[in-house]
Parts: sequence; structure tokens; C-alpha cells
Amino acid sequence: MEKHCTDSRVKGVSTGTTILAAVFDGGVVIGSDSRASVGEEYVSSKTINKVIQVHDRIFCCIAGSLADAQAITKAAKFHLSFHSVQMESPPRVMAAASVLRDLCYKNREELQAGFMTAGWDKKNGPQVYVVALGGMLINQLVTIAGSGSTYIYGYIDAKYKPNMTKEECLQFATNALALAMGRDNASGGVAHLVVVTEKGVEHVVVPGDKLPKFHDE
Amino acid sequence: MALANIFETPAPGFNFDNAGRNAALEGLFDGGNTPKPMKTGTTIAGVVFKDGVVLGADTRATSDEVVADKMCAKIHYISPNIYCCGAGTAADTEKTTDLLSSNLTIYSLNSGRNPRVVMAVNILQDMLYRYHGQIGANLILGGVDCTGNHLYTVGPYGSVDKVPYLSMGSGDLAALGILEDGFKPDLELEPAKELVRAAIQAGIMNDLGSGNNIDICVITKQGVDYIRPYRESQYKDNRKMKYKYRPGTTTVLTKEVVPLKLEVVQETVQKMETT
Repeated sequence: MEKHCTDSRVKGVSTGTTILAAVFDGGVVIGSDSRASVGEEYVSSKTINKVIQVHDRIFCCIAGSLADAQAITKAAKFHLSFHSVQMESPPRVMAAASVLRDLCYKNREELQAGFMTAGWDKKNGPQVYVVALGGMLINQLVTIAGSGSTYIYGYIDAKYKPNMTKEECLQFATNALALAMGRDNASGGVAHLVVVTEKGVEHVVVPGDKLPKFHDE
Repeated sequence: MALANIFETPAPGFNFDNAGRNAALEGLFDGGNTPKPMKTGTTIAGVVFKDGVVLGADTRATSDEVVADKMCAKIHYISPNIYCCGAGTAADTEKTTDLLSSNLTIYSLNSGRNPRVVMAVNILQDMLYRYHGQIGANLILGGVDCTGNHLYTVGPYGSVDKVPYLSMGSGDLAALGILEDGFKPDLELEPAKELVRAAIQAGIMNDLGSGNNIDICVITKQGVDYIRPYRESQYKDNRKMKYKYRPGTTTVLTKEVVPLKLEVVQETVQKMETT
């Protein structure tokens, strides 16, 4: 395995990735690609799941070192479930984001993972939060992260509109992921999309060959 | 800090006191040769089939260019329904799997339940993550429990992935080619064994660190079939194993006896007190 990890800044398996989350009218769409890489050249998994459920209506997308991200989301799941037992009610999306932010900030020297938290709660409805590498927490309507995100900033800025319908938002997210996967070598595989609304959670998987094509001759 | 002449029993657990020193030394060497721990250059593979999981491994353990062990067992027992193949540093894979196996046995006895594969994976992940990649163990965990047939990979930094087929070790790319080509969901037993055998064979043929025989372990709900070796290497040597020759094997041609005359030059007496 050592010959695969040459000069990567992230030790071990990394999710060089494209992740995004967007708020629409009544819910959120959170999505990612499915590629995990080791070093700069070996794809260690084509089907890794980067959209992780941390509570009934709260999901989390991971970027960076896979080992760090999995360890943090495990700790976060535990904290959230304990918190919701103590409060006797489902946790707020803000609570989930804060738990992740605390873990990232307190251990910022050792960790190399960034997150996006999105979900629905009764008080504030659909929300999206981003927790960056050092522990910064920001609330946004639409956000993208990962190595592939640089290729779609223009698309997001031009095409995102607040209060879209669920179908429009799903199409927007699929297009964005397809564009990023088409240009970034560290992103690829299938597109995992999760739609969270008050009524429930819907998981949509778009296989690589069914992704929209943009002048791909 | 203990005094140099007092022997202290070592604290339990791993000791990483030298990690800082090693990092500093690497800087001094300036890209030259630093001492490296022994690895099992290896090919291991696993496949989920209709009724269970098939795990396979080669049996060569190398120490630089010399083959240290030609019949090394790389498929380790974890519990009656879970086995684990290990690649990476030989000592680390042995000890990690031993620790996991003892912990799971205690859990089984306490709870009266058979352990689930996902539990073994979680314990391994926690442990390897805690040591931040210092434990060089790349493991393929396969088993059958009440929730189905599972195959997981655990990396040295603690990353986990659940997959239907997998190969690891220095021969992983060669084996992966065979697996990618031949894998289909819900294979029958014989084709699954043949697929794993072919994958390990590819690793043995194309990787210098893998070789000798092929071990296969089939885990199903009914039980475990650990076939060691499944295929023996065609390149076996004939060793006598006994290098003692009976007297008279070599003919004596001539014999000459020369007595040595010794002269006493000096004599000293030293008294010893033996009271």
C-alpha cells in the first residue's frame, strides 16, 4: 500500500471529493460523489458513501481524511443521540453542526476533515451549515466543498435560486455534481443525493452512466 | 524517570516514545535509508458469494529479499464466524487480530451472543484510529452473522469500507484486475473459490513479495472450511532435511600423528583463601 501514498498531504485514504447542500422550498438536498483515493493516483473505492445520517432528519457530508471523518461522525452520532435523549426531542440542525464544529476545533492540530451538515428541524425548517477544516461554522443557503467544488462555483452562483421546488433543486444538484465529476480527477463514481423534508428522507442514487452529459464527446 | 540500574516492568499498551526520535532521524538521513520494520509483502483477497464469504491469501513472508517463511498463515481467526486476512507489518496484523479475537470472546461469553461482523469492524476501527496509523495493519475482515454475509476493509489510519470484493497487500492491483473482471453478485461456492484462487495466483505471479502456496477460507452459516493449503506451489524443492553423515562416508586416504613436546618455562603458585 505504501507505494500508493507518495506525497499526499492527507495520510491514508482521502475523500478528494465534491459535496454540496442546498435549501429548497420545504427541505434540503445534500449530495456527494463516491470516490475515495489514496495518494494522488489510486482510487481505493468507487462506491464510498460520504453522506452519513447523524440523526433522523440530519445528514452530514464528509471531505478530507476518511479515517478522521468516520471517527468524528461516530462521535457526533453518539453526542447527538445522547443530547436528544436528554432534551426529549429531536436535536436542531444547529446542534449537530455545533457538535461537529467543537470536535473539529478542539482537535484542529491533528484532524484533516471538513463537513457539511444539512437537515430539517421543527423550529427553523430546512438549514445548511458548513464546518470547515479549522472549525469555522457558517449557515448558508447553498454550499459546496471538496476538491471538485472549485470547478462549479460559477455554476452554483449562476443557477441557484432560493425557494426552488424539490424537482428543480434535485436537477440543480445532479447537474452540479456531474459537472464537478467531469472535471475533477479526485471525484467520480456515482452521485449520492439525499432529500430531507418534514415528511421524511429520500435517498436518490444516480449511477455514473445516467448522469447528465455536458458536451462530453 | 527510573534509575538506570532498576528494572521497571513496562507500562501496558504500545510505547511510541521513539516516534519523535524516528521523525527527527528521518530528517538527518536526508532521504537516505532509514531502518524499516518487517512487512509481509502479500496478496490477500475476499469475495462475498451467495451463501457466505471466501477469503484467500498467499503464504510468503519476506524479510527484504529473503523469504523468511514459506508457509506463513495470513488468515487469522477472530471468532467462529469471522476471519481476518492481514497485510502490512507482520507483527502488527498478528497482535491486532489476537487482541480483537480475545475481546470478542469475552464479549460473547458475557452477553451470550455471537459477535456481529460490524462489531468487530467498529472495535478495529476505534483501535487503529487511536494509534493514528502507527499500527501498520491493512485488514480484510469477512464473516457471516444473523444479518447476512459481510466483507469489510480496515486501513491503518482507521478508515472502513464495506465491499462485495476486495484485495490488499503489495499484490493487490494484480489481484484486483482478476476480481473486477470475474466478480458477479450471488456467485456459487465453486466459482467463488476459483475466483479468489485466480486472484491470489495473479498476485503471486506478478508480485515479488507474494508467493508459495494459496490458503482459502470459506465461511458460511453452516460453518468454516479453512483449506490450508488450497493450492500448493509447483516450484517445490526436495530437501534432505538431515545433514548428518555416517562415519565412513568420506574415505580416509592417509593418517599422520605428530606429538607436540611442551617445555615448562615458568611456574607460579597463587594461594586461594577457601575458609
